[in-house]
Amino acid sequence: MTVLDYVYAATLAMLALGVLCALVRLVRGPSVLDRILCLNTISVLLVSVIAVEVAVRGDTAYVGLMVSIALLGFVATLTAARFAERRAHDRD
Amino acid sequence: MTATDWITAVLLPAGALFTLIGTIGLVRLPTPLGRLHAAAKPDTVGLLLILSGAAFQLPDISAAAPLLLVALFQFTTIPVLAQTLGRVTYSRGESSAERMVVDELADAVRHAERDSDAGPGEGGRPNTPGEPEAADGERPPGT
Repeated sequence: MTVLDYVYAATLAMLALGVLCALVRLVRGPSVLDRILCLNTISVLLVSVIAVEVAVRGDTAYVGLMVSIALLGFVATLTAARFAERRAHDRD
Repeated sequence: MTATDWITAVLLPAGALFTLIGTIGLVRLPTPLGRLHAAAKPDTVGLLLILSGAAFQLPDISAAAPLLLVALFQFTTIPVLAQTLGRVTYSRGESSAERMVVDELADAVRHAERDSDAGPGEGGRPNTPGEPEAADGERPPGT
């Protein structure tokens, strides 16, 4: 165990705690928008976790995965937000 | 432990700390717009720091170019998402008006309502962010 191994472990632990906090808000969130926001936050955290994995391995084999997760999270969040907005208009 | 390893050892936990503080704010803050604020910015900074730390572990500078691509992509998309979610929160009426200091969108919505009373506008453009729509939801068909 070098210092870097402890650093990676601490970083991943903090990111996991962040995902847990986002999950708490996702369960508790009063509105749909809070849940959409939490799902987007979790996708950003996933990209961060894969970035730590890139640091561990020392090569960028996983960059395609990072870009595709970021793209999917972006499109999904935008679509869900638009959908929530339109549902609100239909309700009126 | 070389110098680059030490740089990584500083940057990675710093980025994770930013992210963690942002998500703690996501749980603790009372208002929807406050939570939006807490989710959007610390995550972006934390991701940038973690990507920088990961770049120092790569063999040469050209290998870090894809990481720069990821950083640029998130830096352009996260503000767009935050702005869109904020507008949707406002238009759904969930934005806690009593806590607001300045409500700049109310004037825009009033103007849009007045224009829509004067008759439908030109074209069937879907409402783009930054273009306020009438509060009664008169949007062109097919959007």
